[in-house]
Amino acid sequence: MGERRGGGRADPVMLEIQNLQASVGGNTILRGVDLTVKAGEVHAIMGPNGSGKSTLAHVLAGRPGYEVTGGHVLYEGRDLLALKPEERAREGVFLAFQYPVEIPGVSNVYFLKAALNSIRKHRGEPELDAMDFLSLVKDKAKLVDIEESLVKRPVNEGFSGGEKKRNEIFQMAILEPALAILDETDSGLDIDALRVVASGVNQLRSPERAIVLVTHYQRLLDYIVPDFVHVLLDGRIVRSGGKELAEELEARGYEWLQPVPAPGR
Amino acid sequence: MSLLAGGPVAAPAEGTDRYRAEYERRAAARSAEPAWLGSARQTALERFQATGFPSTREEDWRFTNVAPIARTAFRSAPERDVRRVSRPDLAALTFAQGEGEGPRIVFVDGRHAPELSSSNDTEGLEVRSLREVIAREPQRLQALLGRDTSTGGPFPALNTALFDDGAFVHARPGTVVAAPVQVVFLSTGGDGEPTASYPRTVVVAGRASQLTLVESYGGPEGARYLTSAVTDVVAEDGAVVDHYKVQRESTSAYHVGSMTVRQGRSTGFSSHSIALGAALARNDVDQAFTGEGGECVLNGLFMAGGSQHLDTHTRIDHAVPQCTSRELYKGVLDGRARGVFVGRVLVRPGASKTDAHQTNKNLLLSREALVDSLPQLEILTDDVKCKHGSTTGQLDPGALFYLRSRGLPEAAARSLLVYAFASDLIARVKVKALRAGLERYLQSHLPSPLDGDAKEAAL
Repeated sequence: MGERRGGGRADPVMLEIQNLQASVGGNTILRGVDLTVKAGEVHAIMGPNGSGKSTLAHVLAGRPGYEVTGGHVLYEGRDLLALKPEERAREGVFLAFQYPVEIPGVSNVYFLKAALNSIRKHRGEPELDAMDFLSLVKDKAKLVDIEESLVKRPVNEGFSGGEKKRNEIFQMAILEPALAILDETDSGLDIDALRVVASGVNQLRSPERAIVLVTHYQRLLDYIVPDFVHVLLDGRIVRSGGKELAEELEARGYEWLQPVPAPGR
Repeated sequence: MSLLAGGPVAAPAEGTDRYRAEYERRAAARSAEPAWLGSARQTALERFQATGFPSTREEDWRFTNVAPIARTAFRSAPERDVRRVSRPDLAALTFAQGEGEGPRIVFVDGRHAPELSSSNDTEGLEVRSLREVIAREPQRLQALLGRDTSTGGPFPALNTALFDDGAFVHARPGTVVAAPVQVVFLSTGGDGEPTASYPRTVVVAGRASQLTLVESYGGPEGARYLTSAVTDVVAEDGAVVDHYKVQRESTSAYHVGSMTVRQGRSTGFSSHSIALGAALARNDVDQAFTGEGGECVLNGLFMAGGSQHLDTHTRIDHAVPQCTSRELYKGVLDGRARGVFVGRVLVRPGASKTDAHQTNKNLLLSREALVDSLPQLEILTDDVKCKHGSTTGQLDPGALFYLRSRGLPEAAARSLLVYAFASDLIARVKVKALRAGLERYLQSHLPSPLDGDAKEAAL
């Protein structure tokens, strides 16, 4: 673990996205995204439906079928795009899904233990045994107020929307990523569930961890206050600012922002 | 005697002569049998000779070509040689269901092997060789074995003509049998020449009795043989029967099994069919409600790879009102394997308040694997609740990505999803040792082994 975190200190830039272009099913979605994220920062990426927010999140996590057609992504100085999804996870990248997948017949704890141990193995750390893992589960379950019975049930099967989102943050708490990308984690949540999820995320904020929040609504940012807000429009970041930008967007919508021409790289 | 109505005696169908010769060879053994059985056998043989093996032009066989069976010169297995069979073989075949957990009756190449069987000391339960019952109390079998089996098709007819032995399981009225009864049919494959056996099993659950039965079929890998089996199950009024069939024949062997189930008033019958082996297998379940208030559950899992061909046909007959049926079959197909599921649910006129669900789900793990799925609901009355559905697909790429995004290698992610697909059927197996054995089998046949128990709810 020392290696990765040590690297982070020497070079505080964790994620560097340069002119990233991507298409899905032949449709160009990302048209040149530039973004720099340092350890300890929380970035919010906002934008209307179809602007490319979720595509950006999935491209960073390595979803097959999302084709990168141009640009670079450096993660802790390495070419992130050359890594398979599981390799990215082992290097500390985590994506909280907008639509977590149900996996009947496989218990949440089994799945998480397999995931955590595959990450630990990669880091050269000993695999956790059942007892250690169970105490970790008990510890982290409190963070998102997730019931232990939920943890033992098959992965996401029959979970409510709020339970699925909580489970995503619970997984994040267990896997302790360096870079967490939260894809519309607020969508479909009532205010109570949103508070719980936001509080979980806030507790996971740390100087060594970067968080990228992809969201449609400013509401989430009342609870998770970002350091930076970016507006993604038509596949490009058209404006960046502090948390006050989110308030402006809430008041004025996205219409006043115009897509910018492609940067002259 | 001609069975072809109105016509002259037809020439025997191609490829059936050797079965008549086999029939003739057994004349001496038959001489001790009651006349009604002789007559049933004769009728069945003639029926088989008239129709021959089915062709894919027949609706019932359009997905399954039995030419490899028809053109193979199977001989009856030589005198049984149980020295070929060890207890470890048996343990492997039966998923190490413990001895002493219940009565077990074992047949090797279709013949009773008392030395491999274990005794039954349950009051009110009989587990015997069918041959022995035919010799001593044939009248008890007349209703089942003396009936016209011609509607069942050529393979049950062949079985009726040629069966040598099998299991007779009878629970007296009111008997509750706690431990599962194991019926095991093991083929040795003889000395390399293809052999055939025709096991026959008769299960009668008397009024208000309760019985669990596990039928296992198997043989050493590589052995070439044919198992043409028939099982008749009668659940008398109020009886509860849980039936399991585990088919683990050699992947060079052929298995054609046909089960009939007749359910009286207020009975509960469940069937779990696990098909894993054979080059070509056909499994028929033909169920009918004969009394009101019955419940029937048909579950099945077929897993095939290589060039295996596994065909299941089920038929549920709601002939009377107020009965419930639930059917779930799942197929997992890899390599160039082919699966077939044809499930017919018939709701006859007057069978009001019928409640029937039928589902078939198939998972294709390779581009060459193929499934034909044909759920059929035929509703001839009003006031019923019926639904059916069928899905066939590959592993969900979204689910695969989800697992990989958490750090699981692709092979492990695929395994977990295959496990997730198939394991709910195994979870429905109530016989603990069998369930554990099937779990192990499933886990060891995944693209990569799972580390530990994926179901574990507690650590």
